[in-house]
Amino acid sequence: MGTDAPALKVENLETHFFTKAGVVKAVDGVGFSVERAQILGLVGESGSGKSVTGFSILGLVDPPGRVVGGRIEFMGEDIANADEARMQSLRGNRIAMIFQDPMMTLNPVLRIETQMVETVLAHRKVDRAAARARARDALGQVGIPSPDERLAAYPHQFSGGMRQRVAIAIALLNDPDLIIADEPTTALDVTIQAQILHEAQKLCRERGTAMIWITHDLTVIAGLADKVSVMYAGRIVEAGAIDDVLDHPVHPYTKGLIGSVPSRNKRGAPLYQIPGMTPALLNLAPGCAFRERCPRAAPACLEQPAPSEPVPGRSVRCFRPYVEAAS
Amino acid sequence: MSGSALVEIQGLSKRFVKTLDLAGKLANKLGSSIREETVHALDGVDMTVAKGEVVGLVGESGCGKSTLGRIVAGILAPSEGRILYDGRDVAALAPAEAKAVALKAQMIFQDPFASLNPRMRVRDIVGEAPLVHGLVTRGELESYVDEVLLRCGLDTSFKRRYPHQFSGGQRQRIGIARALAVRPDFIVCDEAVAALDVSIQAQILNLFIKLREELGLTYLFISHDLGVVEHISDRVYIMYLGRIVEMAVTEDLFAAPNHPYTKALLREVPRLETRHSDFLPVEGEIPSPLDPPRGCHFHPRCPHATRRCGEEAPTLREISPGRQSACHLNDGV
Amino acid sequence: MSALTEPGVPGRVGESDSPLRRFLADFFESRVATAAFAVLLGIVFIALFAPWISPTNPYDLATVDILDNRLPPGSEGFTGQIFWLGTDGAGRDVLSAIFYGLRTSLAVGVMSGVIAMFIGSSIGLVAAYFGGRTDTLIMRVVDVQLSFPAILVALVLLALLGKGVDKIIIALVAVQWAYYARTVRASALVERSKEYVEAAACLALGHRRILFRHVLPNCLPPLIVVVTVQTAHAISLEATLSFLGIGLPITEPSLGLLIANGFEYMLSQKYWISIYPGIALLVTIVTINLVGDQLRDVLNPRLQR
Repeated sequence: MGTDAPALKVENLETHFFTKAGVVKAVDGVGFSVERAQILGLVGESGSGKSVTGFSILGLVDPPGRVVGGRIEFMGEDIANADEARMQSLRGNRIAMIFQDPMMTLNPVLRIETQMVETVLAHRKVDRAAARARARDALGQVGIPSPDERLAAYPHQFSGGMRQRVAIAIALLNDPDLIIADEPTTALDVTIQAQILHEAQKLCRERGTAMIWITHDLTVIAGLADKVSVMYAGRIVEAGAIDDVLDHPVHPYTKGLIGSVPSRNKRGAPLYQIPGMTPALLNLAPGCAFRERCPRAAPACLEQPAPSEPVPGRSVRCFRPYVEAAS
Repeated sequence: MSGSALVEIQGLSKRFVKTLDLAGKLANKLGSSIREETVHALDGVDMTVAKGEVVGLVGESGCGKSTLGRIVAGILAPSEGRILYDGRDVAALAPAEAKAVALKAQMIFQDPFASLNPRMRVRDIVGEAPLVHGLVTRGELESYVDEVLLRCGLDTSFKRRYPHQFSGGQRQRIGIARALAVRPDFIVCDEAVAALDVSIQAQILNLFIKLREELGLTYLFISHDLGVVEHISDRVYIMYLGRIVEMAVTEDLFAAPNHPYTKALLREVPRLETRHSDFLPVEGEIPSPLDPPRGCHFHPRCPHATRRCGEEAPTLREISPGRQSACHLNDGV
Repeated sequence: MSALTEPGVPGRVGESDSPLRRFLADFFESRVATAAFAVLLGIVFIALFAPWISPTNPYDLATVDILDNRLPPGSEGFTGQIFWLGTDGAGRDVLSAIFYGLRTSLAVGVMSGVIAMFIGSSIGLVAAYFGGRTDTLIMRVVDVQLSFPAILVALVLLALLGKGVDKIIIALVAVQWAYYARTVRASALVERSKEYVEAAACLALGHRRILFRHVLPNCLPPLIVVVTVQTAHAISLEATLSFLGIGLPITEPSLGLLIANGFEYMLSQKYWISIYPGIALLVTIVTINLVGDQLRDVLNPRLQR
């Protein structure tokens, strides 16, 4: 296995939905890379294309959607054009996904044991006993008490937080190189979310798993991720190391998003707010998609800004970034 | 605070009983043991909300905070306890007065999609109740609806549209307009911004702040999101499994939480300022309200729990002026 | 892995895009359903205007000639008119008889369907909204009702009541209200727990207003589907009863009675007397069901946004 290749490298990914009403460019030229043992936060609001990006990497975009362009390199291998057989051998094995709703992963009518053993056997040539042992270990890893007994349970016998842990345990079964987590803690309570974040972090540190954590919640990313890419209307508008981006945002959208977090505002006073709402992606007009809500919009913004590096280590799609604020 | 209490809740309890149907009773006669299930959603809750105050109510799912909100808003009836509105017992009012009081307390819901009737136009959603209750005449209705919509930041030309034509943030504004249209004094916000995107959440929170200033509203702000509650509330109640465990003025609570559960919550809430943190979560699950632990409900997860905590439920009592907590540790054991 | 739907992707649509308009656009997307709907419209037209468009009035004894009996399709009659679908044992024009029969069959089906819908859905709504003992009692009655075969209940009722259009409608309503009650109760239970109903309660709106202005309109989609399917069912049930000779009187023959009348001639090669009314019945029921299927697809809450 190539040692210096990043776990995942995405370049210029384009996923479009060809609906009756027109083309929806849900993902439009997205690029990023994740090293091993690194956590990338992919942040965006609903409709920004962050989930579609995750599905595109796994080759799980259903019609009318289609990946129409770009390169996806997983451990040095181009998987954007891989056939379905190859993708199946990667999914749930080298690349795993965790969803917001754990029932996307779990089958309600099968015991946890059956599901986990099947997942192991699908990708490994081991006997059932070994597969079962692996399943038990994985449950233990995510902090499920008495894993031996819990293996015999059905998904409905678990609470929401426990179910998400089981889904994570299934993702871990084959010791993947990359985990794509799509809002896995959004539906969970604060104390349970902290437990899940703890497991994710441990996994990444101890086993060197690379992770893409897709969320709308900047505060979750702040404590968890090493670097962050902010998506808006199908494009990554700002990307960089987590501390740099959160402390000195350069793109007006990122700045607005961070500014509107309540803790960044004076108690009881009106919050900083981004005016307007997220644009519909159907037949989106050319140019910067944020310009109608942007306090710094200029005539130049009628063009589509290309990624630039106004500050070292930062990629920004903006003609008028807050560069002076960043120094 | 005591003299000008707008809403006072005394010893409020709510039990949901799942009674056995005929089949269940028959099965029991034949020897099986299907039990009637009782959920203690609320267990002796006391709370006061002063006029013009924003009170935050924080808790995790299943703690009973939404049930409390629905009882205060008059949607559910309590099993025990009293609600005083402006000093008068709501349950003892004559029908006409009861209706007037019911309109004074309104609610904003969490889900901007389920909380609007999909088959009604915005004009009817907002205008129905004021018309039915005779707050406006049919002739005044159009301009009245316009006024309410504008106040909530909505374009009046949207009046003839249906809810599905709006975004989440706009729908939440329609829900707020519907509540405001009956001229309430008191608004219960049940996770009112939880389902919204961050940038939209800020807009709706600002709307709440603006309306409070313009109309002198009082809020009970129910949320699991400590950041939001900290921002908007004057005072905060923390709830765990049907009981209030701590109450304090917002600054005090966030500066120095007293109850171990509050401490855990505050430690674990993700913040922008905490980077590369080591998440050290509190152990265990939230117990089922069907079968809550004896004694202090939090003791199985509490790092400081003693034997007493497992046997005797601590009462909520004043630990310093304007501050209450329900924890045996305050007795200096 | 299921299809993924990204919120915000569909984009917002035109000005006063009412639920009805969306529904119509979706409905006519399917060519089969559009064709079925067109045929059904034609059938309804024939039924409504049978006295004006039929070549003859088959029940006017002055125009029927017994000498024309059992003529094959396309024959010329005694007075020179052409019987496109032949004549029956009494010399009546089969085509005209079918037109009149459709009128009776549809009238009985739609009337019983509508009455059963009003009774059934009111009962279902009450059961769902008030819950508790009311609900238990009503639903047990529904269960008992549904556990008897419809045809059996109808047979017993008609044996007690006797023949007649009103009697058969009573019998059909009696066997069908329970389906409506169950459907409306199920969807009303779902709707009742939604936040907009809580909001209506919070606005101190009355029970009746909440039930009929808020809950009921949102229960309509499944109800519309049941109405179409049950109307088709009512038509075929009525045909069965009439075929057995206990439904409608001979003076108001429906399709079922026409089939029965021709049945005795089936073995003597006079197939047309039975077969053509049979085809008319078949086409009617199939088109209603096709329309019902499309309604089910279009109104499916899982496909709705």
